[in-house]
Amino acid sequence: MKLFEYQGKQLFEKYGISVPKGRMIEKEDDLSDFVFPCILKAQVLIGGRGKAGGIKSVDTMKDAKEKLSQILCMSIKGFPVKKVLVEEKVGIKKELYLSITLDRSRRMPLLMMSGEGGMDIESVSDDLIFKEWIHPFIGIQPFHVKNILSKLKLSKDEEKELGQVISKIYKLFRNYDCELVEINPLIISNEGKIIALDSKVIIDDDALYRHSDIIVENEELTSLEKEAKEKGIAFIQLEGNIGVIANGAGLTMATLDALTHYKGKAGVFLDLGGTDDPEKVKQAFQLMKKAKPKVILLNLFGGITKCDTVAKGVSAVISSEGINCPIITRIKGCNEGIAKDILKDAGLFTAESLQDAAKKSSEIAGR
Amino acid sequence: MPIFVDKKTKVMVQGATGHQGQFHIGEMLQFGTQVVAGVTPGKGGETVHDVPVFNNAKDAVTETEANTTLILVPARFAKDAVFEALDAGIKTVVVITENIPFHDAMEFVHYAKYNDAVLVGPNCPGIASPGSKAKVGILPSGIFLKGHVGVASRSGTLTYEIVNSLSERDIGQSTCVGLGGDPIIGTSFIEALDAFEKDKETKAVVLVGEIGGTAEEDAADYITKQISKPVFAFIAGRTAPPGKRMGHAGAIITRGKGTAASKIEAFKKADVKLARFPTEIADLVEKYG
Repeated sequence: MKLFEYQGKQLFEKYGISVPKGRMIEKEDDLSDFVFPCILKAQVLIGGRGKAGGIKSVDTMKDAKEKLSQILCMSIKGFPVKKVLVEEKVGIKKELYLSITLDRSRRMPLLMMSGEGGMDIESVSDDLIFKEWIHPFIGIQPFHVKNILSKLKLSKDEEKELGQVISKIYKLFRNYDCELVEINPLIISNEGKIIALDSKVIIDDDALYRHSDIIVENEELTSLEKEAKEKGIAFIQLEGNIGVIANGAGLTMATLDALTHYKGKAGVFLDLGGTDDPEKVKQAFQLMKKAKPKVILLNLFGGITKCDTVAKGVSAVISSEGINCPIITRIKGCNEGIAKDILKDAGLFTAESLQDAAKKSSEIAGR
Repeated sequence: MPIFVDKKTKVMVQGATGHQGQFHIGEMLQFGTQVVAGVTPGKGGETVHDVPVFNNAKDAVTETEANTTLILVPARFAKDAVFEALDAGIKTVVVITENIPFHDAMEFVHYAKYNDAVLVGPNCPGIASPGSKAKVGILPSGIFLKGHVGVASRSGTLTYEIVNSLSERDIGQSTCVGLGGDPIIGTSFIEALDAFEKDKETKAVVLVGEIGGTAEEDAADYITKQISKPVFAFIAGRTAPPGKRMGHAGAIITRGKGTAASKIEAFKKADVKLARFPTEIADLVEKYG
């Protein structure tokens, strides 16, 4: 789960990493006790808010009120701004980049630091990004920190303080089950202090149960996606008009690929997982119906789950819910013969292969 | 000899008495697998399909000489279960459990390495070697056929689909290993390829990849340098929109790396034959295998 900037900064403070003085505001009149100049920062979970006008520097109360109300009416890439972080303006001497993420290939945390902070890190050339892999058995050690610091050409005092920040960030990364902790920019202020001007923290969804202090806000999800999540169904809305139901993420993705091959576009991606529970099948179709696809493509492989059990569930849902769009099915595996008969009786089109099913669905969707 | 599981495999099941445990012990026994012990704290002395259940891994290993464990315990107890099995001397660990925090997986994957053990998973369907009648996992038994193709996959149902289509064409398998879809897995394509290369029973290898991570790119590099057997591949998620999560954490496209395009490019360079549809793998193996 992605945290808002202000949530990430709360974690930084908890670990003793300095952030600019600031607080959250949700209404215009919340500004009263603020010292100018300051920065208004829209709190959204999507990149590019600066370019979209979501970050503004203000010098007077009048100016602040005006710009605050502008930001609060904004919607950045489809996400309405509900909260704004107001922060003191800090004088910057140098901007750095610091992050810890997971290196899947080496199966360990990767610490990255650069003297080229404040810009998009992907545009910084590789030889200016300094890397240290940290084996989880030993954790962060003085030599990791020294290796990084030796490349940055800082004063002794700055090195000492930055070294502490690096160690603290690693502890935060491990203790909070993070996928990513990124500070860009991490600055050295005119007074020589190390301050995190921004925060990007992503916590592993599977570990949220052990971090009850983190407030979960699924802002990135559509309302149907939220409903699906509550029901424990993997459901993603996309751009197209074909509703895809399959079992297993890989098979669902392969179905999408087959559709693309025949110029069809998926509008919904629904992964039934390993279930043949009729109640889950029913919920899946109810959700799919709400997404109003032009055609539904059901692609199942029965392994441990028996095809006929799923087919019975599907047939029952169709008669009780009245799905009002064509349904193309392709079913393979354990007891597929019985399953096909059940689906045919329910009036569904049963394709012989994924290719046939994808072609047929794409044709209907393109009409 | 196939890879990872064979005739000498003696399986212990951690989380044996739950619904899943009971069902899959039955399925594995029917496949011909030697399931010798179950472990469920507090249930020692019970049996599941006549397999004795023990209170802890150490007792199970001492009494039954189990050398492989199947982990079916809930996510929050998985790390403890893996550590316990490794300390009891188990050398092959198969972790089926999904939704394990990846920081936990990172710890037990490295601990397995430290103990010279093979760890497959987490969030995987397991391993089957049809010629040895050995299955450690939840893969459906009916799809396999004894033969010479090694299959390694990051996906579950997609593997079943591909294996099934191979078997329908009379193309048998030496070992099928589901590697798992999580960001951290114990055995990646590279370790699987290395084992298949050394295995005399395996004549060709099928890889089933997914978008996200760089496992396919790493594998392609390794194939060029180390693998002499023909390799075939299918990659799912070629048309997945960037940034959207598709079911599990492995399937995220970030920063342009790990995209289907970069994986396809890497495999082509390594002379790996690529299928456009899952069932096309069987066509390719028939033609070039």
